[in-house]
Amino acid sequence: MSGRVDFDSVQVIDVSRHFGRRRALANISLTAHPGDIVGLLGPNGAGKSTLITMLATLAAPSKGEIRYGGQPASALGPALRTRIGLLAHELHLYPELSARQNLTFFAELYGLDPRALVDEALESAGLADRGDEAVSGFSRGMRQRLALERSLLHGPRLVLFDEPFTGLDDRAVSIVADRLRRLASSGAIVMLATHDLDLADGLVTRVALIRDGRLLSDEPASPGLRARYRAIVGGNAVAGRPDGGGH
Amino acid sequence: MFFRTAWLVLRKDVAIEAKSWEVLTTTLFFAVSCVLIFAFAFVKEGRPVEDAAAGILWIAIAFSGTLALGRTFERERYGETLRALLLAPAPRPALYVGKLMGMLALLGLAEMLLVPMVALMFQASLFSRPLLLVGLLAGGTIGFCAVGTLFAAMLVRARSRDVLLPILLYPIIIPVIIAGVRGTAALLGAEPDEPTAIMWIGILGAFDVVFVTLALWTFEPLMTE
Amino acid sequence: MRKAFGPLAAITGLMFAGAPFMVARAPYESSMGLVQKIFYFHVPSWFAMFTAIGVCGVASLFHLFKTSPRADRIAEAAGEIAVLFGLMGLVTGPLWGRKAWGVWWIWDAKLTIALLLEMTFISGILVRKYGGPGSDKLAAAVGIFGLAVVPFVYQAVNIWRTIHPLTSVVPTLPATMGGPFWFCVAAYMLLLVVLLMMRVNLGKRQAALDELYLAYED
Repeated sequence: MSGRVDFDSVQVIDVSRHFGRRRALANISLTAHPGDIVGLLGPNGAGKSTLITMLATLAAPSKGEIRYGGQPASALGPALRTRIGLLAHELHLYPELSARQNLTFFAELYGLDPRALVDEALESAGLADRGDEAVSGFSRGMRQRLALERSLLHGPRLVLFDEPFTGLDDRAVSIVADRLRRLASSGAIVMLATHDLDLADGLVTRVALIRDGRLLSDEPASPGLRARYRAIVGGNAVAGRPDGGGH
Repeated sequence: MFFRTAWLVLRKDVAIEAKSWEVLTTTLFFAVSCVLIFAFAFVKEGRPVEDAAAGILWIAIAFSGTLALGRTFERERYGETLRALLLAPAPRPALYVGKLMGMLALLGLAEMLLVPMVALMFQASLFSRPLLLVGLLAGGTIGFCAVGTLFAAMLVRARSRDVLLPILLYPIIIPVIIAGVRGTAALLGAEPDEPTAIMWIGILGAFDVVFVTLALWTFEPLMTE
Repeated sequence: MRKAFGPLAAITGLMFAGAPFMVARAPYESSMGLVQKIFYFHVPSWFAMFTAIGVCGVASLFHLFKTSPRADRIAEAAGEIAVLFGLMGLVTGPLWGRKAWGVWWIWDAKLTIALLLEMTFISGILVRKYGGPGSDKLAAAVGIFGLAVVPFVYQAVNIWRTIHPLTSVVPTLPATMGGPFWFCVAAYMLLLVVLLMMRVNLGKRQAALDELYLAYED
């Protein structure tokens, strides 16, 4: 692949996004560097998923811009996407295909040689013995693990996870958390959206609190995350907005 | 990267379809039912209304094509895999090309069934000029699928997408239907009217070039949320 | 631009007030007599419709590639106005046809072309209404494709109809009727501009209202 793209920072510059009268995000600014594990924390409907979608170049902001190593996505072209990995709530797996076929397809889509990569990924996901079964037969937890591997096949620089712990048991959670730490220490920029404070606590290096599309605080992680979250966001602020539309 | 990506998407779609053959069989069956419905509408006392065969053939293609478009993209809605495809490092129009090729293959198979069937049921001499017929079918199918694939893709995340697809698609592809029907009808007469058929093929060709280009050009902004 | 609205609206009103007099004074056409005079309103409404389609298509292109809310408002307005003028043409056409040829609809090439384009731009209105969020882009696609398909619709329908020619041929514009005709064309174009300004303004007000809603939450 020509023109190897890479970047050493991701900047969200005064980004807003609205859908008609509904504001999803308002004037969000933050910057992340390799080694950061940024936790985008907030209740459902806060705008975390919208921000993740924009960081992945799947959506455009209504105002403001996002820069990768100082350059906007349009300047970097499709090659930018070789350095971005996304694990969203929807998992992006083809249920009719087997785990191996899913991984092979995505590996080839990213221009990678699937042979060794796919086997490794199946190992990491703990699915080596079920690699040839259709994904439709997998439990939510198994799919989650497979989707995780799929999103990391190409060794992205910017790793975007939206609620990655859903459906995982404790052991799987700690495996994923370990994985994230290793990714960050090997130079990835990890951004993690979740409403689960317990899991985020102890994993993230920075905390960005988002509620109703607003960035309420952005600071390095420190003990007492839960208490501070409650204080800033409010104890009962867990229910989603009435007009729905995702978070 | 561009054509490789298109090819990978096509191959993946074929692999998925090969597991159950659901879209293919149901599309073929629907196409056949379409022809039957029109048969009862247009065959009087065992003799078909003149030129009915050409019209029925193209209507069956349009209707079954619309259904197939909806179902193909419904597959990408589940698990939001369309998003994963958009994340691939290839230029996004490559995805459009991959999906287009899949649709062309599917409709091509349907036409292989429809043409003999219509020829038989309506005593239409569709095979008198096979090359020209293939030209008409190819030109028309490409035109239909070029616009249809784009519209079906852009509607994936829209509300009311099932009914909006025909509403948006049909007015735009009516020139294709006119050209296809008139061209096919020209071949069905006692003396096949070759120059007319060739002229219609030319118009279809121009339509295809313009609209595939337009679709490639507008695909990425339409798929960005 | 805003300041021109008042005078333009006034001029348009005056022209439409005066048009019937000009039309009445125009010479009678030989074969159809009085009925033919509907043509002074029928044809200019096509001109206006096609202009509106052009504006819609170009504005849609701008909006799709540059995400300009202003271009989106213009495209939306032009699409609706194209449907409006198309409707005028599709009503006056059959009225004329009924009197001239005895039937309401004989698949005359121009009327058929207009009908197809009318359907296209109505579908654009429907998609804005029922498409949910992001329907502005869908409507932009309809506008662009709708404009691109115009030459093909023209050619296909014209050829389709010439294979089965009409028994009575609609006359093309005779020179002696130029005066009132171009007067009416000008009046319709001004009407197009006035309506466009009004509708775009309405769109701007709606957008401003949305902004206020958003700002209120801040």
